[in-house]
Amino acid sequence: MTETLPEPVSRSVLSDPTRFLQEKFSDAVRLDEREGYSGLIVDSDRLVEVAQSLRDDLGFNMLAGASYVDYLEDDFFEMVYHVSSTHRVSPPMVFKAQTPRSEASLPSLVTVWPGADFQEREAWDLMGIRFDGHPDLRRIFMWEGFDGYPLRKDWREPYYEEEQKPFGSRWPDGHAGRAEDRAPYGMNVQYPGGFSLDEWEPEGEEALYERLDTPLAKEPGIHRIKTGELVVNLGPQHPSTHGVFRMVVTLNGETITRLKPVFGYLHRNHEKIGERNTYLQNMPYTDRLDYFNSMSNNLAYAITVEKMLGQEVSERAELIRVLMAELSRIQNHYAAIGFLLNDLGAFFTPVLYALKERELILDLFEASSGSRMMCNYMRFGGCAYDLPPHIGGPAIRPGDRDRVLDTMAFIEDLVYERLPRATDEIDRLLSENEVLVTRLKGVGVLPPERAIAHSITGPVLRASGVPYDLRRMDPYSIYNELDFKVVTRENGDAYDRYLIRLDEIRESLRILEQVIPRLHATEGEEFWPGKRAYNIRVPEGEHYGHAENPKGELGFYLVSDGSANPYRYHVRAPSFINLSALEEMCIGHTVADIVVVLGSIDIVLGEVDR
Amino acid sequence: MYGLGILRGLGITLRHFVETYVEDIKAGFRHYGADEVFSMRQSPQAKGLFTVEYPEEKIAVPERFRYIPFLVVNDDDHPDAPGEPWCTSCGICAKVCPPQCIWIVRGSDPETGRPVPKPEAFTIDIDICMNCGYCAEYCPFDAIKMDHDYEIASYDRTTAHLYDYDKLAKPLSYWQRIAPTRAEAERLEREAKEAAKAARAKGKQQGLDIVR
Repeated sequence: MTETLPEPVSRSVLSDPTRFLQEKFSDAVRLDEREGYSGLIVDSDRLVEVAQSLRDDLGFNMLAGASYVDYLEDDFFEMVYHVSSTHRVSPPMVFKAQTPRSEASLPSLVTVWPGADFQEREAWDLMGIRFDGHPDLRRIFMWEGFDGYPLRKDWREPYYEEEQKPFGSRWPDGHAGRAEDRAPYGMNVQYPGGFSLDEWEPEGEEALYERLDTPLAKEPGIHRIKTGELVVNLGPQHPSTHGVFRMVVTLNGETITRLKPVFGYLHRNHEKIGERNTYLQNMPYTDRLDYFNSMSNNLAYAITVEKMLGQEVSERAELIRVLMAELSRIQNHYAAIGFLLNDLGAFFTPVLYALKERELILDLFEASSGSRMMCNYMRFGGCAYDLPPHIGGPAIRPGDRDRVLDTMAFIEDLVYERLPRATDEIDRLLSENEVLVTRLKGVGVLPPERAIAHSITGPVLRASGVPYDLRRMDPYSIYNELDFKVVTRENGDAYDRYLIRLDEIRESLRILEQVIPRLHATEGEEFWPGKRAYNIRVPEGEHYGHAENPKGELGFYLVSDGSANPYRYHVRAPSFINLSALEEMCIGHTVADIVVVLGSIDIVLGEVDR
Repeated sequence: MYGLGILRGLGITLRHFVETYVEDIKAGFRHYGADEVFSMRQSPQAKGLFTVEYPEEKIAVPERFRYIPFLVVNDDDHPDAPGEPWCTSCGICAKVCPPQCIWIVRGSDPETGRPVPKPEAFTIDIDICMNCGYCAEYCPFDAIKMDHDYEIASYDRTTAHLYDYDKLAKPLSYWQRIAPTRAEAERLEREAKEAAKAARAKGKQQGLDIVR
C-alpha cells in the first residue's frame, strides 16, 4: 500500500488502461507478446496491487472470469483474468499471472473481487494452483481423496484412449468394444499412492464443517454438540435444489448464520472432454451445460470460435440465431418463474402454465434443429438448417398425430399473440398474490455493489439495479441493430428477481417483433455460407468470447495451438458464479427462505458442476 | 383488500378449468378424437387442457428429429443390388462423432486385400451416442441417417445396446417414409451431382477426341 494519495486520473488514461498500468507498474507489468495473445502479464508478487488499481483507478469493478491454462512445454501455469466494468461499453480487459508448474502458487484475489472465491477454488481443484490468502481453499468439484489435478495436460482419465479425438481405434479397423470392459467397475477409479478406502476418513467433511465455525463432537455423545447452533444439510437430494446440489447450513434457532454450498455431484469434467474434442465436436457438448438454453449456449460458443476464425455470418443466420436465443430466454424465464413457485409450495399450477408456453417454443426448436432440448443447432458461420417450412411431421407409428402448422405463422402467433398474453396472465396470476409477495419481498436482498463484487451477472444483477447486459456492453451478433431496453429493478430482493424475468420476457418479445419482418425479408437466403468442413483448424492464439445468456454471462476462454483441437477450453458458467453470493443473501433469513433465494437465482446444475 | 391478489389468481385457474370444457363443446365433444382438433390443441391457438395422452396418442416427430443413427441400404426390390448398403466405409462419421460411438471395419477384398467401398463391420454403441446428428449431417453419401424411433427401452444394457450392422441397416423406403421432403431433396441433389459428373466426363471425352 502506498502512503500517498493516487494522482487524479485523466480521461485519456481511462481510455487506454493498458498504458496506464504499464506506466504505473512499469517493473511488474508487461505486454503479452505471444502470437495471437493479448493483455498484460503481471508479476505474481504485485498481482493484488495491480488488481486493486484496475478496480479502483480504472473502474473494472467486476471479475468476469478467471481461467487457467497449463503450458506443459514451457513449464508454467497461467491464470487468465477477464475483468469488465459495469459502466463502460467495452470488451473485457485481460491480465495474466504465471507460476511454475512445480510450485504452483499465486496470491488470491478474493480480497479484491469476492467473486474470485469459487473460481480460484476451481483452479486449485482442477489445476492444482495454490492461492495464498484464499479463505477457504478446498477442492470444489472433486472429492478430497481424488488423485491429481485433472485439467493438467499430463493427467489421464481412467478411460483414457488418446490425447485427441478422433480416436484411431474407430476407423478403419474399428472393432467395437465397451469402455467398461477395459476398465471394469472398481478399476475405473484412481487413488493416490498408498491410499486405502477402508482406512480413509473423510477429512473434507470435517474441513467443511470447520468453516462453518461449528465445533462438532469428536466422540459420540450428545453433550459435546453445542446446542445453540445446529448444522443442517440441505440436499444433495432435495426437491428444491433443482438437481444434485447440497447446502450445509448453520442455524441459530431457525435463523441462518452460515451457509456453504457443496458442488460437484454432477461434475463430468466438461473442460477435459472439450480439450479432447475437436472444435466442432464441442458444439453438442455445450448443449449439456445449461440444458434449458442449449440455443444460447450454442450461440456463445459459435461466436467465440467464429471470432478466432475471423468468420463472417450471413444476415439470415444472425436473425435465426437471435430468434432462437431470445425464444430460449423467454422459455427459460417462464420455467424459472414456474419452478420458483413450485419451490414455494404453489404446487404445479403455475409451473404447468409456464411449461405450456415453453412447450410451444420447444416445438419450434424441435422442428428446426431436430431436438427439443439438446438442439446442437448452430455451426461456425451459420446455422445447421434454415427454419423448417412447417412444424410437425409425418405420422408413422401407431397413435402418431400429425399437425401441419406453417412455421412463420406459428412464430408470429407466438410472438404477437400468445406469449404477450401468457406473460400478462402469469403477471396477473402471481405478481399480486399476497402469499407470493410476502414470501419474496425483502428476502435475499443483494445490494448492487455486493452483486458486482461477487461477479453476479444476468437477471440477478439487473434486479439489483445494475444495467449490465452484454448485448449492450459488448454487443455481439446483430443486437446493436435492435431496439430494446436493458431492464433493471432497484431493490435486489427475490421479488425483484421474479419481476425482472417478466420484464425481460417482454423485452425479448420486443426484439422478436423486430426480427420477424427481417426474417420474412431474408427468406430463402443463405443460412450457412461457406464450406461445411468438419475438421476446422483455428489459428494460434487465445480468445474469450461471451454472451448474455438467460442466466448470466456465459463465457468461453479458448486457447488454440493451431491444431484441430482446442488446447484449452474453459467455460465461465453463470449459474456457478452466481452462487457465490448465495451465503450473503441467505444469512439472517430462515431455512424456508433458502429455497426462495436459490429459486430466484435460477441455477442449472449441468452448468454449475460442469 | 388483502386476499384480492389470490382471488384474482384463482379466477385465472378457474378460467383455465372452464376453457377445457368450452373447447370440448366447440369441437363437438371430439376434443380427444379428431386429427384436426389435435392440430389445434397443439398450436399457439390452443386453449384449456394441453396434454397429449401418450401412448394412445403421440405427437408425430418432425422430419429433422434425430434419435440414434441408422444405415441406409437399398430396398429389397432394387433391380441391381437389393439390400446393398450406401456406406462406403470412408470413416467421416466415425471421425466427426463427438462421443466416438461409431466403430467401422473398412471392407477389403478377400483375394487382393485392397480396400473396397463397403463396411465389413459397422457398430454404434447407442449408450454413448448423444444424438447430435453430425454423422448424418457430414456423410457425403447420404448413407447414415438419424432415426425417429424413440421407443427403444430394453432390459439389457450390456450387449443389446451395441447395434451392429444388421440392426442398423434400414431400407431407403423407410427413410423416405419418415422424412419424405428431405429424402426427395437429397435425391434431387444426388441426381444433379451425377448429371454434373456425367457432363464433366463427357466433356473430358470430347476434349480427348479433339486432341486425337
